[in-house]
Amino acid sequence: MHEMSLAENVLQIIEDTAHKQGYTRVKTVWLEIGQLACVEQASMRFCFDLVMRDSIAHEARLEITDTAGQGRCAQCSIEMPIAALYEACPKCGSYEIQVTGGDEMRVKELEVE
Amino acid sequence: MCTTCGCGIGQTLIAGHALKQPRKPGEVMRYRVHEDGAALAHPHTHQHNGLNGVFNGALDFGTGAAGTHAPGISQSRMIKIERDILSKNNDYAAENRDTFSTHGIFALNLVSSPGSGKTTLLVKTIAALHGTLPIAVIEGDQQTDNDAARIRAAGAPALQINTGKGCHLDAYMVGQAMQQLHLQNHSLLLIENVGNLVCPASFDLGEAHKVVILSVTEGEDKPLKYPDMFRVADLMLLNKCDLLPYLEFDAELAVDYARRINPKLKVIRISATSGEGMTEWLDWIAEGCRNAVTAVKRSAEPKILLE
Repeated sequence: MHEMSLAENVLQIIEDTAHKQGYTRVKTVWLEIGQLACVEQASMRFCFDLVMRDSIAHEARLEITDTAGQGRCAQCSIEMPIAALYEACPKCGSYEIQVTGGDEMRVKELEVE
Repeated sequence: MCTTCGCGIGQTLIAGHALKQPRKPGEVMRYRVHEDGAALAHPHTHQHNGLNGVFNGALDFGTGAAGTHAPGISQSRMIKIERDILSKNNDYAAENRDTFSTHGIFALNLVSSPGSGKTTLLVKTIAALHGTLPIAVIEGDQQTDNDAARIRAAGAPALQINTGKGCHLDAYMVGQAMQQLHLQNHSLLLIENVGNLVCPASFDLGEAHKVVILSVTEGEDKPLKYPDMFRVADLMLLNKCDLLPYLEFDAELAVDYARRINPKLKVIRISATSGEGMTEWLDWIAEGCRNAVTAVKRSAEPKILLE
């Protein structure tokens, strides 16, 4: 639901970097969005197009890499893939799973000119 | 504006006045050229013509991003960014947190769905703490000043942030509100977030703790349905417990579900109406306030020794 704010933040990062790196047009934006990051990709794409309008990224293509959820059991220390935050450890049944990956929301790379 | 949920910007109000945006609308287009040819809000003294640099009337093909030019070859290049999308919000949150720790302010971010009884709980909390320490409140709602008015009537200064179409408070809004509230040293700041169990989970405001409020008139499985919020909270207040005899709500199960998401979650069963659990909640606040003040004194000690 907060994808609009996230898209605004992406634009801010693009503009900040444009200042430092001196580019005037963004052709592609690569985002890394974890599956546990509470972001709907379809909604992100929709908001991205709206927010980038009238900016230096107004024609930019959006590429989203999604990373799978990863967790580590605090009881038995095994690493496991997780699809949701409330999953139990498949080995010992504990719910003390620390998320070790898949909750990131990052701007990875830009193709600019 | 997002047609899914109505999120948007430009309609945020603090105490009825428009929020000063960190990026002004004109700045979005800083690389475009006005109809009259002047560059918009851009510190460069030259104009970009979309292809190459124009300096003092000379046409220079070497000013492109790649620093060189070959016919037919684009100046396109890749830039590694590797920045968290919320890094800007996190920077503002760090500034807020810095202010809190410098002044010994214990700040709480109260989150829940609409109707969980947050404002009533705040009113009772303010009444109970009246005279013991300075309290200020930041109220977040999409519209109306109703909640801030209720808090002011309870005896604490309150500032209303209307997020317009926005579904959460962010650290910048809170920073602006803090300046207007004139926070006192060694005080308690209660931030009542917009009633929403999804979006506020992602936005750090600089608070010491997120406190999630779940009322027994909701479903026991809400922690499983909205896990992100329960994962980032440190304390859960199970509110409206006076109604338990009249409901089929399984309080044990609700707590069990919440701890599946967050095994370290502290839980207090509370009723703002009957007063059940209020002592434990007030003691928890008092301890947080003491720790905030102690931390300031501790950080000041080396300086005193040096002087």
